[in-house]
Amino acid sequence: MTTMSKHTLSVLVENKPGVLARIAALFSRRGFNIDSLAVGPTEHPDISRMTIVVNVEELPLEQVTKQLNKLVNVIKIVELDQAQAVQRELVLVKVRADAETRSQVTEIVQLFRAKTVDVSPDAVTVEATGSSDKLEAMLKMLEPYGIKELVQSGLVAIGRGARSITDRSLRALDRSA
Amino acid sequence: MTEHAATPRRGDHPAAHAPGQQTVETMTGAQSLIRSLEAVGADTVFGIPGGAILPAYDPLMDSTKVRHILVRHEQGAGHAATGYAQATGKVGVCMATSGPGATNLVTPIADAYMDSVPMVAITGQVASKAIGTDAFQEADICGITMPITKHNYLVTDPAEIPRVIAEAFHIAATGRPGPVLVDIAKDALQATTTFRWPVEAALPGYRPVTKPHAKQIREAAKLLVNSKRPVLYVGGGVLKANAGAELRILAELTGAPVVTTLMAIGVFPDSHPQHLGMPGMHGSVPAVTALQKSDLLFTLGARFDDRVTGRLDSFAPNAKVVHADIDPAEIGKNRPADVPIVGDAREVLADLIVAVQAEFDAGHRGDYTDWWTKLDHWKKTYPIGHEPAPAGMLSPQQVIERIGRLVGPDAIYAAGVGQHQMWASQFIQFEKPATWLNSGGAGTMGYAVPAAMGAKAGKPDVPVWAIDGDGCFQMTNQELTTCTLNNLPIKVAVINNGSLGMVRQWQTLFYNQRYSNTVLHSGPGHDGIEQPAQGTRIPDFVMLSEAMGCVGLRCERPEDLDAVIKQAMEINDRPVVIDFIVHQDAMVWPMVAAGTSNDEIQFARGVRPDFGDDQD
Repeated sequence: MTTMSKHTLSVLVENKPGVLARIAALFSRRGFNIDSLAVGPTEHPDISRMTIVVNVEELPLEQVTKQLNKLVNVIKIVELDQAQAVQRELVLVKVRADAETRSQVTEIVQLFRAKTVDVSPDAVTVEATGSSDKLEAMLKMLEPYGIKELVQSGLVAIGRGARSITDRSLRALDRSA
Repeated sequence: MTEHAATPRRGDHPAAHAPGQQTVETMTGAQSLIRSLEAVGADTVFGIPGGAILPAYDPLMDSTKVRHILVRHEQGAGHAATGYAQATGKVGVCMATSGPGATNLVTPIADAYMDSVPMVAITGQVASKAIGTDAFQEADICGITMPITKHNYLVTDPAEIPRVIAEAFHIAATGRPGPVLVDIAKDALQATTTFRWPVEAALPGYRPVTKPHAKQIREAAKLLVNSKRPVLYVGGGVLKANAGAELRILAELTGAPVVTTLMAIGVFPDSHPQHLGMPGMHGSVPAVTALQKSDLLFTLGARFDDRVTGRLDSFAPNAKVVHADIDPAEIGKNRPADVPIVGDAREVLADLIVAVQAEFDAGHRGDYTDWWTKLDHWKKTYPIGHEPAPAGMLSPQQVIERIGRLVGPDAIYAAGVGQHQMWASQFIQFEKPATWLNSGGAGTMGYAVPAAMGAKAGKPDVPVWAIDGDGCFQMTNQELTTCTLNNLPIKVAVINNGSLGMVRQWQTLFYNQRYSNTVLHSGPGHDGIEQPAQGTRIPDFVMLSEAMGCVGLRCERPEDLDAVIKQAMEINDRPVVIDFIVHQDAMVWPMVAAGTSNDEIQFARGVRPDFGDDQD
């Protein structure tokens, strides 16, 4: 038996209306859950990049990748090896902190190399980036002070080393332009 | 040139990539649309106008290249486009207005998606400023058809129309074919724009692989010559790739048996001694059993559908799998493949013939003598057959068999969905590709009449017969009016057993003969048992057909059967409908009950074939 595990897919798509809906709908109708999804521009104005984290077994992963590849607006899909990729999430968290506890909170912020981005008499807002593990650890430390509000981005990831997954796709795009 | 300009396939229109002089003219978006349709070679469009698509219908009136056939319901337009595409191999085109016009196309689009039919559906959309405001006759048809199209477009910029039409036809016809919807806002049709042709498609993410990998081909050939009990498991992909000739060469070269799925019927002659018939729920005993006992499923353009495999975990348990398909996502989807091959079936088969010949030249040749001893035994012992009808009554199988015999293998047959569809697949002898049209994947009742109409529009010189049921016929028969008014003289054989026969069969077998809502010939409270079957008489199909300008005939007695078929064959100036009153208790056999193993196939009710399992 293969077991469920997390896979990070980098998906290069044409920057056109409705592409996100096509991809989200494909996952839902084929019965796959998306753990995390991040969409943004790339170095090329006609290409957007999605980073999708899915929790599936090996065989269904192959199937969902093939189905994604059939979408006309999907240019390329690369599964990023967790060990060979830098993976980051961003969290903004509003922590209860008054004059008495503020220095303790800021100390935690410094330990995790996070930043305090806003301060008020009753709270500080912290910005942190990092791997899921690191962010989880930091949030665990902040929790006793009282988390008033939290927002977290989807994961973004890029492979280590000089190779780029966009190079060849860009050339294909230029040829068809 | 882009790399997705694939090898021309059946249905591939002259590419929009050809170099040379480019036409540049100023005109409206609507004119640009019609010019684009002419340029891609669309000669027939089935549709109905309405508010949002209205601008397109004005220049359509003047087109000498595009024939528009005004249907009576948009569903008819969609299935007609499918019938046209399946009969001709070209892209079928249908057109409708926004909102309900577009949503009425949803069923035929879903049907075309399941059966990989090249279709382009063009819909009008409310003006771009009104999109998203719940405007009159607004529906998000792109959103609605997203899961049932190969791709779709919303066009709000009229300058995009030529490129989008070129891309839509290219996507529909190449790779694994499928429906593409183009939704055009009314203001884009009305605006003045520039028509440019030819246009370059901009599809960086669309590169279907047609050329198979040489190493995989060699591996497949090796498995084939080393197997003892191979079966060529042939699906609709072979038919769509127009690869019947190559298939026959490979089959005769190797001597391996062939089964053709419901979607592949006709691509390999039924009369060929190596043909075992159709596999699946109502397949022949030799076809189903050959797959079960096989040691190599040599799969070509088929997709291991649940209607073929039965319970997947007990399907062909000892077989290795070679799986060739143009759609990589089909390979390994239901059954893991030992040798996966991505490519167009015609190219795959051409390469396989060479590779198998090379194996032969090296002295490797499969010996299937023992296998054929078994296969021939099953063929002889368990032929497709049926019980006779009660004295004086017509049996549906006999009606369909006689139509096939008298009309012959050159005609096109379109079936609805249900018992009559299965009997047509079993009792008509098909010898040629693209002569059998049906709704396989979606199982859309009502498919037959409009599909036959579309086939007749595409192949006016070929006799086209719809084999329909009385349930199906009541869903889409209004297109007979379209047939009469547009000189599309199709024949319709209504196999009238007064019930929703396939559902009734399941009620007989699995619901204690409680015929809940499957009786079509009687009013409320009737249980479907006590009254003798006389078929559906309300409506009177003869009168109904005559009201629509057809010739209506009725046949109730076996002795009249041949004469009425011949009479229908002689009428060619208008459509003919024959109401065949058949007995209601005929059942489709063989059968593998849903969700059970193919090992449990029943040759007739309660009769399991003797496979000599004990000796294995």
